Amino acid sequence: MTRKRRRLYIVLLGMLILGVATALVLTAFEDSIVFFHSPTDIATKDLPKDRRFRVGGVVVADSIKRDTDGVTIRFGLTDLANTVAVTYRGVLPDLFREGQGAVVEGKLGADGVFRADEVLAKHDETYMPKEVADALKKSGQWKGKP
Amino acid sequence: MIPEIGHFAIALALVMALVQGIAPLVGAARGNATWMELARPAARGQFLFTALAFACLTQAFVTSDFSVAVVASNSHTLKPMLYKVAGVWGNHEGSMLMWVLILTIFGLMVAEFGHNLPPSLRARVLGVHGLIAIGFFAFILFTSNPFDRLDPAPLQGQGLNPLLQDPGLAFHPPFLYLGYVGFSMAFSFAVAALIEGRVDPAWARWVRPWTLAAWCALTVGISLGSWWAYYELGWGGWWFWDPVENASFMPWLAGTALLHSSIVVEKRDALKSWTVLLAIVTFALSILGTFLVRSGVLTSVHAFATDPSRGVFILVLLVMIVGGALTLYMIRAPQLKGGGLFSPISREGALVLNNLLLATATAVVFLGTLYPLALDAVGGGKVSVGAPFFTATFVPIMSPILIACVIGPVLGWKRGDLGAALKRLRIALLIAVAIVLVTWYAASGNQVFSALGLGVAAWLIIGSFIDLAGRIGFFRVSPMEMVRRAVNLPRSAWGTAFAHAGLGIFVAGVTASSSWQTEQVQLMRTGDTVPLAGYSVTFEGVKELKGPNYEAIRGSFTVRQGDRVIARLSPEKRFYPAEKSQTTEAAIHTTWLADIYTVLGDKDKSGGWSTRFYHNPLVPWIWAGVMVMALGGGISLTDRRLRVGAPRRAAGPSAPPVPTGA
Repeated sequence: MTRKRRRLYIVLLGMLILGVATALVLTAFEDSIVFFHSPTDIATKDLPKDRRFRVGGVVVADSIKRDTDGVTIRFGLTDLANTVAVTYRGVLPDLFREGQGAVVEGKLGADGVFRADEVLAKHDETYMPKEVADALKKSGQWKGKP
Repeated sequence: MIPEIGHFAIALALVMALVQGIAPLVGAARGNATWMELARPAARGQFLFTALAFACLTQAFVTSDFSVAVVASNSHTLKPMLYKVAGVWGNHEGSMLMWVLILTIFGLMVAEFGHNLPPSLRARVLGVHGLIAIGFFAFILFTSNPFDRLDPAPLQGQGLNPLLQDPGLAFHPPFLYLGYVGFSMAFSFAVAALIEGRVDPAWARWVRPWTLAAWCALTVGISLGSWWAYYELGWGGWWFWDPVENASFMPWLAGTALLHSSIVVEKRDALKSWTVLLAIVTFALSILGTFLVRSGVLTSVHAFATDPSRGVFILVLLVMIVGGALTLYMIRAPQLKGGGLFSPISREGALVLNNLLLATATAVVFLGTLYPLALDAVGGGKVSVGAPFFTATFVPIMSPILIACVIGPVLGWKRGDLGAALKRLRIALLIAVAIVLVTWYAASGNQVFSALGLGVAAWLIIGSFIDLAGRIGFFRVSPMEMVRRAVNLPRSAWGTAFAHAGLGIFVAGVTASSSWQTEQVQLMRTGDTVPLAGYSVTFEGVKELKGPNYEAIRGSFTVRQGDRVIARLSPEKRFYPAEKSQTTEAAIHTTWLADIYTVLGDKDKSGGWSTRFYHNPLVPWIWAGVMVMALGGGISLTDRRLRVGAPRRAAGPSAPPVPTGA
């Protein structure tokens, strides 16, 4: 086998693998990318009901309620212009509390209540999720550093 | 006073780095032995001053000197000693100091133990290493000085984030950085070789131990981080495809490719320019990892509050280091003529396949991690790319490697015989197929991928050792003879077998835990019992207790199988008054075949507690497998060929003889 031949084989194999990878990436992007929306987006835009997305905002004070089963939690998430009601079943992360930023992931129900199956915890209590900060800036309610 | 000494020491280390980064390179270009020899004292001095600075910072943490800003914002007098010490690198400034400390340790090792390197190569390696060090010392001095003072000094510190007060995480950063920074050695060797215009098997033999050591450390570091996430975050998962996790995983993937391609350079004198490129890319990804974690540009579950100006500095460093290296690569790579020819079915062919797949997998992870950032930068909206994306792309790309990495080591160099190789592996193949069928049948035929996953795991574990078993004459010769032959096999063959088998153990753990995990969330009152995957869990109540720097509520649960008590578990909720934050301590009972994982949630108004239980089959195998992989790397590292002193370059046309001064 000549050097050129060998290089040809390697290049062909490389192209094949790259092609498969590209196809995989494109289909996966189609199906599994999760968009981020603010509570104002939910209130003003017609968002698809069957797609997962993330919502970020500040947990409304005194809004955390528990259902009678004790493990389903309801709370409001606000960008201080609009508020969306969220339900979540499970144990909340430690740094989740009223008046603090939070990001949730799930689907929007037909009743306008967001059904979260994931509440993202941060390791740091002073950390404001970037999306939440941007959502607050967009709604004109941002009080922190510009 | 001591912090000022530390600050001054960093400045002196920077001066040493300047000497090390300039003099040896100029000396090597001009053939001036005295200038080249300057690299060694400079590397020693750099290490000494950095170690001094690190010692000063440690002293500030241990004595809780709150006049130092970093200590005040990351420590507390009540913190246990382990975490006071771990606090040194539990923050940005200190962790960067640790980064350069490790960098200088590697430099020192080359200076002290690199006697067998040709003097010009050693000078150039140390010179490039010095250039990297200049960048990072400047970074520390200008943007993240760990010795900044506070005036007036606060009476008490703000404490360390309680999530980080954990033994697993205390040792996670040192290992991770050993890995990241260890790849800088491969980078320096690659750039030095490009400057010399010469890459040969001897070069590969010199680079390999550094790469291998870095790879082992990174493997241990990543698995410590994942283990910590598993038991500390209380989500029952161990890998979330989170950007910060990916940031450490990308250099690991590229480093694994580098490890394998350098074998081809060493044995067959081929794939040279590719290997050099991989060495550059691996270190670039290591710096990128540092940048992603430290800059806060990515939304991550592991994100910490950060300062963007630092991110820009690291980004500039990244562009300079990688840009410089790649430019040099562009100029010099065409001169690196490949040697040995090989057919597609051969050990080299298998290693090429490994490299193509690992490189593609790295690219996919890179794309998934940085796509949200790129899209946001061009105003395309905010998105997140999560686990489903990586499962759909990464797993199919990596699957062929799992099959091939058993066959590869059995194939001959240059021209292999696939039929003969499979014949030697037939027992592994039979057992693997049997396991697929049994699992498939037991799962009533609807879990094809889980069955295949377990089959591949068996293929990897058995297949990796079966060839070695044949070579030591298993069951065919006397035990003494077997031991003798086993000892005489090259250590690197044993290392390969262990690393690949470890991968198999890992695959078994991943498959079983993702296929058959049971999760249960419920409200429980004292005395309640719930079933969990064939066990029953009884809630015995809670009690309050006080730790050294926290208050805790401890729940107690009794796990029974039938009437037999299997375990008593006590998950806690801890409140740290100093940091005003709360953590969840999961309690885990492991049987090695499964974990029973309990988390205590919040109290309900009616007096019940929300609780979360998981039954995670084979989860301990994940970390056990990774540790076996790292062990394999360690065994390889002891191979005679790889001892730093051993390899000598065959007398070649270049490399002018320069007397060593020391």
